Amino acid sequence: MNHSIRRVGLILGILVLALMVNINIQQVFMAGETRDRPGNQRTVLEEYDRERGPILVGSDPVARSIPTDDQYKYLRRYSAGPLYAPATGFYSALYGATGIERTENDVLAGTSDLFLVDRLQQLLSGRESKGGAVGLTLNAAAQKAAYQGLSGKVGSVTAIDPSTGAILAMASSPSFDPNLLSTHDLAASQKAYEKLESDPNKPLLNRPLVSNPPPGSTFKLVTTAAALESGRFTPSTIVPGPASYKLPGTSVELKNWQGTACGPGGKTTLTNALAVSCNSAFAWLGNQLGQDALRAQAEKFGFNMSFTVPMRSATSRYPTGLDDAQTAMSAIGQFDVTATTLQMAMVGAAIGNNGITMNPYLVKEIRGADLQVLQTASPSQFATALSPANAKAEMNMMVDVVENGTGSNARIPGVEVGGKTGTAETGPGRPAVAWFVAVAPGDSAKVAVAVCIENAGGRSEISGNGLAAPIAKNVIEAVLASQ
Amino acid sequence: MSAPTAAPQPTTDADDTNVHVPNRRNLELGLLILALIIGMFAYANVDLAVLGELPANFLAVGGIFALLLGGAHVAVRYLAPYADPFLLPAAALLNMLGLAMIRRLDLADQQRAERAEVKAPSPDVVPQVTWTALALVLFVVILFVVHDHRRLQKYTYTCMVLGVLLLLSPLIPGLGTTVNGANLWIRLGPLSFQPSELAKILLTIFFAGYLVVTRDSLALVRRKFLGLGIPRGRDLGPILVAWGVAMAVLVFQRDLGTALMFFGLFVVLLYVATQRRSWLVIGGGLFVIGAVLGYFAFGHVRLRVQVWLDTWTYANDQGYQIAQSLFGLANGGLLGTGFGQGYPQFVPFAKTDFITAALGEELGVTGFMAILTIYGIMIERGLRTAIAVRDPFGKLLAVGFATVIGLQLFVVIGGVTRLIPLTGLTTPFLSYGGSALVANWMMIAFLMRISDRARSPLPDGTVDASGRLS
Repeated sequence: MNHSIRRVGLILGILVLALMVNINIQQVFMAGETRDRPGNQRTVLEEYDRERGPILVGSDPVARSIPTDDQYKYLRRYSAGPLYAPATGFYSALYGATGIERTENDVLAGTSDLFLVDRLQQLLSGRESKGGAVGLTLNAAAQKAAYQGLSGKVGSVTAIDPSTGAILAMASSPSFDPNLLSTHDLAASQKAYEKLESDPNKPLLNRPLVSNPPPGSTFKLVTTAAALESGRFTPSTIVPGPASYKLPGTSVELKNWQGTACGPGGKTTLTNALAVSCNSAFAWLGNQLGQDALRAQAEKFGFNMSFTVPMRSATSRYPTGLDDAQTAMSAIGQFDVTATTLQMAMVGAAIGNNGITMNPYLVKEIRGADLQVLQTASPSQFATALSPANAKAEMNMMVDVVENGTGSNARIPGVEVGGKTGTAETGPGRPAVAWFVAVAPGDSAKVAVAVCIENAGGRSEISGNGLAAPIAKNVIEAVLASQ
Repeated sequence: MSAPTAAPQPTTDADDTNVHVPNRRNLELGLLILALIIGMFAYANVDLAVLGELPANFLAVGGIFALLLGGAHVAVRYLAPYADPFLLPAAALLNMLGLAMIRRLDLADQQRAERAEVKAPSPDVVPQVTWTALALVLFVVILFVVHDHRRLQKYTYTCMVLGVLLLLSPLIPGLGTTVNGANLWIRLGPLSFQPSELAKILLTIFFAGYLVVTRDSLALVRRKFLGLGIPRGRDLGPILVAWGVAMAVLVFQRDLGTALMFFGLFVVLLYVATQRRSWLVIGGGLFVIGAVLGYFAFGHVRLRVQVWLDTWTYANDQGYQIAQSLFGLANGGLLGTGFGQGYPQFVPFAKTDFITAALGEELGVTGFMAILTIYGIMIERGLRTAIAVRDPFGKLLAVGFATVIGLQLFVVIGGVTRLIPLTGLTTPFLSYGGSALVANWMMIAFLMRISDRARSPLPDGTVDASGRLS
């Protein structure tokens, strides 16, 4: 029997060997892949084991980790809840992370290569490792003004420093409280998330960056820039402004929102056409300039491009392949033109920054665990949208909109404010979108703001001035007061 | 029984009538002390890592284990002085590592209860230590009572009746309880008991006793087919009965692992007894038929296979256990997280079926390989005993016990590490559960009894050559 016993030994040996080979495969060769699989709580817990770095607005930690005595050692808390949610995002054991929590995770978690020396020191000294801090460009007062202004509405506000591209405010409404998702009570977290997901107003949507309805009449700023840059028009050029404009190749009459001509004898200056938001004049202008010139101008402001701020923005669109009627409609920000408030703030900012479009950014600096600054953002130019002279000219036209035209609600005593109202149709039976784009002060711009109210309800330029302009005004005042 | 290949080795005192055979009890003692040190180190490690302090009863526990293992060792010195010196330390080490992990999971349960502000569950390690003590006492009792393993052959059919009764007892209404979807427990008052664990010893004795008697007729070959000897039709009876019982266990108790283990054991013993490879082929064929039938006839078998093939799709429901197990193993990596540093409590049933996943996470692939190596040594010593012992019944019994350990190991660890579909079985010596622990220690006692027989000098003072193999 000994021969067959040895055979059995061989069989059992092979079985044990198979187990050994398999655990090496599972624990070593496939370990990385397994660790990264969704639903692996261990990876999340490992991150919770370290103190995650704070997200700072000024010196105020708007997101920070506090020690707890449950199985996750640190709890993520957001001091102002929904106010900064579009910037911070959330950090959840169940749903991962969004916003800065996600894009700057390697800094906050302390795994970035920036901390290589730091980590080595921690390893050698046995100190507990901590994540780094992320400083945001946001201006606390402007953010508050923007968020409070949106209270009860659906919409967004983005404010930019024209000279750098730094984002001073990015507010979304309705917003959400990230604390509800970062809680360690996973059942509560799940309930909160499901409620937010099913809300028809989509509170989890980061509207300043990704909601892109048609910009309506605020797009006339782009058309005006294209007109000035063409060399064929100046602010005082006389353009036709009848009560309506027959769209080329169709029998459709595009009416002015006022229902009347924009000037005596159906003619007006370009300045006045912008001031009263004259549809017939700008539709005509669109056909004079052509879709290619409009598109080229739009793209110099950042259209047809996604920006990484470091969250990725949705692309604001100026479409291709338009016929003449569509070109005319696109010149007044209708047809398939879409824009985020980030994009429209960039338009205002470029006009206020001598025609130079800056790349927008949200992260001002990265600090180590000891809060020592390790890296500072360096502003960069995206494109030259206008010559300095044309930028100055268009700035003056925008000031005229506020002082003599449709943007009266943005007036600030003692400050030259440039603005442009807008209202866009988003489809039959759907509420109109009210816009306001502003930049101030006129002589050396410190802030450009775009406000978009997505459930404006009313029609006409009145809602842009009535609903959106006051918010823009408050944001501008907040920025100017804090400087 | 084939003659040993090696000639008797001359020794320096070859001319003496009393040949000195080293009994190697001191080696066993040394290894036991090493196992005790490792076990107590693991205990200290767990408490230091989780609670930050050495357990207050550390010395007392160390003393108790020194006493238990020392007692077993002394008993072996008197009752089975020539027994294999590796089996006792290997089993003791695995037993203590299992206790350390159960303690570690107890602490995790306690902390969870504290967080939830509910009453902490009573620790499982306390009854398991009691079972360990009981198992070691039984180990000594077996060595004391069973002087000669050949006497067990008299109880061949008693063992069959008791074994089959035990195996089927969970089906008796009022006695059986369903745990995790399988009917493999019986409950007597406060004690729950897994009868298949004891049945595996009884049925091994039965298989060995039965095959010793019938092996000659079962080895008869009627004709050759494809180079294999095909047995006579009527000789197929026993294997078909064994297959039928295994299928019955699968159908009525929904216990794939037990069915697989018993059928595998029978086929292996049939092969060893007859030395006919055809039995392996026939057994393999019947296994494939049973597997295919099971797959198409039973939803739970089909589900197990689907979860195995496509674990990540089922990671949140039916495949949760195995997915968590793989997450844990991956987290452990090469060197492990260290005791108390991982999250083995995330794996459901970490103390029983999935205890090797817990050990793999916290001790890494390195520790897991070490554990598998200890099992490998245990199986190898069992087979070596089978080769060394002179009587065919003893050979079959020793092969049977080694095979039971090997198959059980493969089925449960293979399932936990996704080598094969998951089936429920406990890991020998490591898993929480009193009946399994007692049964496994009984098997070690029988193996040591057989090996003592194999290596002890013959009554006339000489040594049989085959007995020199150690």
